[in-house]
Amino acid sequence: MMETIVHWLVEPFAHAFMQRALIEVILMGAVTGAIGTYVVLRGLSFIGDALSHAIFPGVVIAFLLGRSVFLGALAFGLLTSASIVVLATTRRVKEDSAIGVLFAGSFALGVVLISTTRNYSRDLAAFLFGNVLGVTTTDIALSAAVGGLVLLLLVLLHKELLLVAFDREAAQAMGVPVFWVNLLLLAMISLTIVVSLSAVGNILVVAMLVTPAATARLLTDRLPIMLGLSAAIGAVSGVVGLVISYHANVAAGGTIVLVATVLFGLVWLLAPSHGLIASNLARRRGAPQAESASAVILERPEAHMPDGR
Amino acid sequence: METVPTDHLSRESVKDGTDEALVIRNVTVAYQQKVVLRGVNARIERGQVIGIIGPNGGGKSTLLKAILGVVPIVQGSVTLFGRPSATLRHRIAYVPQREVIDWDFPVTVWDVVMMGRYPHVGWLRRPGAADALVVAQVLRQVGMWELRRTQIGQLSGGQQQRVFVARALAQAADVLLLDEPFNGIDSQTQEVIRTIIDSGRQAGKIVLLATHDLVSASCACDCLCCLNQRLVSYGPTQDTYTAAILAETYGGPVIMLGPAGSAATVVPPHTPSHPPHAPHPVEHPHHRHIHEPLGREHE
Repeated sequence: MMETIVHWLVEPFAHAFMQRALIEVILMGAVTGAIGTYVVLRGLSFIGDALSHAIFPGVVIAFLLGRSVFLGALAFGLLTSASIVVLATTRRVKEDSAIGVLFAGSFALGVVLISTTRNYSRDLAAFLFGNVLGVTTTDIALSAAVGGLVLLLLVLLHKELLLVAFDREAAQAMGVPVFWVNLLLLAMISLTIVVSLSAVGNILVVAMLVTPAATARLLTDRLPIMLGLSAAIGAVSGVVGLVISYHANVAAGGTIVLVATVLFGLVWLLAPSHGLIASNLARRRGAPQAESASAVILERPEAHMPDGR
Repeated sequence: METVPTDHLSRESVKDGTDEALVIRNVTVAYQQKVVLRGVNARIERGQVIGIIGPNGGGKSTLLKAILGVVPIVQGSVTLFGRPSATLRHRIAYVPQREVIDWDFPVTVWDVVMMGRYPHVGWLRRPGAADALVVAQVLRQVGMWELRRTQIGQLSGGQQQRVFVARALAQAADVLLLDEPFNGIDSQTQEVIRTIIDSGRQAGKIVLLATHDLVSASCACDCLCCLNQRLVSYGPTQDTYTAAILAETYGGPVIMLGPAGSAATVVPPHTPSHPPHAPHPVEHPHHRHIHEPLGREHE
């Protein structure tokens, strides 16, 4: 039995392309999981979605020009991060409308541009849903470098990121440059999205930014542990999803996200203190129970975005 | 790196040698051309406790935030020890209203109080053993040591208030700003906060508290600053805590009740002084206070 499982897990990685894919999904899962903690705690999932769509034309333009897709995506990612922070600060237009306009427009530009190529639908599919089996050693090196940078910043700026996320006014009062911390956070999210494109693609990356972190929130009440758990859940989802997709011969990106979703569902039901079953038991006993973290995410629209004030 | 647990900031400020430590000069605050507070003047000395009173939307929180330098001051200035207060923010500790905090955030009591040490730790560094000592000490001071590992959402209102007071104490600042510290708390917390205000006064700190609890304000404060979108009156409590000034502050006749010898309870007029169709952008809406008798003791 055990042997069968091990064989099932190991067998796919006899192929070199699967080994590369394995490293890529572990990197992607860990980095999206870690930064996703802030996406979830600050209610930035809509902005994560916006960023991933806004990056699309950058990818397409770089691809058409035969330049590095990574650089194209990076340029558009940083540009969009800056626009969002500026829009949020000036408050001329309602913020979520402004972001919606921005990202839908960008995405449309990408679609129009890519429709000029001959292999229109195939290229589009690779960008939108990822093509982890096609990653090169260069892709992996880039992912490792950028992912490493994001993780390093998360560790070095832990105090500032935590304070701005938890109590923006106090952060401002203590002299933390809130505007720049917010911009940096969005830039880090952009970088993470860029390195995740090859693994899960443009559309599904937001799931990797939200689901592992939401799962981790149900398991702990401490931020550093949540960061670690979320990274681990992201990486495990990546590996398990990759193996399943190999055996079942289905799309890897989608399978990875599905595994993360199933993990979330299980934890939501079974988590020791925040889970549905534990909460119900506690309620029946009349003990005060923690509010479920899923409610936290849904009930915090006001924490949507740094408004720079 | 500054991790010495002693109050080094106070020593530093002694040589500033001015009696008027905090000076608010003709301060006007506006958000996008909408003036929310105008013409506030106040000179505050070390060791003074100032109560900021006034109706909802009168600018109590706004004044605290103007001192912190986090709202746009379109006219006038706030100086601390002769320098713009916004440049000395680390010497000002702020306890926000409980309503503005996200209580589901995954932080423990310890984590929140440690945030008070951040200005002393510096960029890219981690709090050290000296910071942990300070945190442990202030947690004991406010009676929250046993609950230090508890996530903040699991605490009672009073305990939550004490956590944020402890964070302000951990910052070892010269100025302590308290926004509605007596809101919905238990008697133990009220006692802790009163003690902290008194020891702050003795230690030569400046304490400003915004409150609608007139009884607590008149008992605890040396001076009152009465605001109704403008400065109505500022001066020693015995001169400002009068029916006439309170009536002007709250924009209508004010009934002062209360048995002889005890502090008075004041019922606000039913007509708000500011137009109801102009929602106030600064103060956080807690409508349940509007028609509640002010100054009710929470004991």
